[in-house]
Amino acid sequence: MPGWIRRHLVVLAGLCTLAYLVLPNVVVLVFSFNQPNGRFNYTWQRFSLDAWKDPCGVPDLCGALGLSLQLAAWATLGATVLGTLIAFALVRYRFRARGAVNALIFLPMSMPEVVMAASLLTLFLNMGAELGFRTVLVAHVMFCLSFVVVAVKARVMSMDPRLEEAARDLYAGPVQTFLRVTLPIAAPGIAAGALLAFALSFDDFVITNFNAGSTVTFPMYVWGSAQRGTPVQINVVGTAMFAVAVLAVVAARFLTARRKRTRSRR
Amino acid sequence: MTTATDTPPGAAAPAAPAVTRRPRRGRLVPYWLLLPGVLWLLVFFALPLVYQASTSVQTGSLEEGFEVTWHFPTYWEALRDYHPQFARSLLYAGTATLLCLLLGYPLAYLIAFRAGRWRHVLLVLVIAPFFTSFLIRTLAWKTILADGGTVVGALDALHVLDVTSRLGWTEGDRVLATPLAVVCGLTYNFLPFMILPLYTSLERIDGRLHEAARDLYASPATTFRKVTFPLSMPGVVAGTLLTFIPASGDYVNAELLGSTDTKMIGNVIQGQFLRVLDYPTAAALSFLLMAAILILVTVYIRRAGTEELV
Repeated sequence: MPGWIRRHLVVLAGLCTLAYLVLPNVVVLVFSFNQPNGRFNYTWQRFSLDAWKDPCGVPDLCGALGLSLQLAAWATLGATVLGTLIAFALVRYRFRARGAVNALIFLPMSMPEVVMAASLLTLFLNMGAELGFRTVLVAHVMFCLSFVVVAVKARVMSMDPRLEEAARDLYAGPVQTFLRVTLPIAAPGIAAGALLAFALSFDDFVITNFNAGSTVTFPMYVWGSAQRGTPVQINVVGTAMFAVAVLAVVAARFLTARRKRTRSRR
Repeated sequence: MTTATDTPPGAAAPAAPAVTRRPRRGRLVPYWLLLPGVLWLLVFFALPLVYQASTSVQTGSLEEGFEVTWHFPTYWEALRDYHPQFARSLLYAGTATLLCLLLGYPLAYLIAFRAGRWRHVLLVLVIAPFFTSFLIRTLAWKTILADGGTVVGALDALHVLDVTSRLGWTEGDRVLATPLAVVCGLTYNFLPFMILPLYTSLERIDGRLHEAARDLYASPATTFRKVTFPLSMPGVVAGTLLTFIPASGDYVNAELLGSTDTKMIGNVIQGQFLRVLDYPTAAALSFLLMAAILILVTVYIRRAGTEELV
């Protein structure tokens, strides 16, 4: 083995893993410009922009996409509100059931999704609930909740409680203290939790698959298309989601860098 | 941090009624904060598990209805009928976890120690694929591993497929619909869950420890074996758990990339619940999966000697 390779073995191995991670995304990007012959978009035929020009060109796809966005928005709202309250209670107060609550938060994250999905289905079947948007929403709030708690907890824990004491010393009421001191400081944690909840809910397949009845979310649509034939538009949506995520990260970094610069100028 | 902050520091020697009134109001606040979220988890997480337990000891049919008859043999019958799928799930998940560790460690190490100003770019590249729906990415593996495709052709030319076929991981000149494809998909899908905890624990290591090891004439390999790796153990343990648990219950990879011979226990549970509609067997299977994972995880944590983690 030449010395150069030996010295950079870790870097080379790491970059190989990175390639493994990104390879499917590259394939999704490339095949979004494909014009397949049959129903299946698995072999490269020829370059075409058709799918990008008309993302809603296949029936039901954009309906499923809209439903998933709506579902993710409501699930995020629910999980973020409930999770933030729990996180504040866990960090700021000592109370008797603390250990039990911590376990209740931890368990949903450490259980195979299929078990949770199946047990929810038995609940809904026993209650005679009609499977659909509402049952899926309830389930999504449930499994996103824990992740919000963890994200918000991390932020609130690193927060200096003396800031709130100072606000109170300056005669701010509890509501004022919360709205003008606590909430702004905790906001990045809450935002991170909300973003995570949105991504998890939007992409969830297993729990939705069990509890959706005949409701078709975007992941359910993709799952069905694997049997019926995958339209190129699915790759367009996948590529667009990847692009939005990368752009959001770049924008966030740009904003924080600028804010840091203006702050240091002061 | 505590309720002590409820009384302003300036209020020294307050009147007796004030002392008893204020903390009492404060004492209820955490419960009010917890109530909605905890209620949600109790009703839609804990209660369903109770219902599933009761379903697993029911007998009956969909037409006549199910009834709790404390029919425990369901568990035994489920295990008897589906133990191959159980064993396969644990084998595939275990292999995928090991591969994740082998593949993920160099990348986590690279990001933590060698990336410099590229660190954030690499981290984004680890997380960003998440945002393309995981089903779409798994379907992309169908394209990558397609029969007669570039990857399969290259593996064939390198005579890798001869070896894997003999081991039973692939069949002839095919990769798709074989165990190798399923394990490849599992490894791919759960790799970020390994990399992120590894990165977090590696990043926390004090660089001066590496310098000290070098000063004491340790070779890079010895430094890694005696300093870096032991200190990254919390990340290794967290990463393996975060990979193994979801991988052992997964059915998407086996369904999209595998065949009927590569069915995992998740596929069986899904089929029993959504197609066969044999709810008691399905519930028993999902409890057995939970029990198997619980036992393995407990043993593993004992062995790894990091009980304080959980």
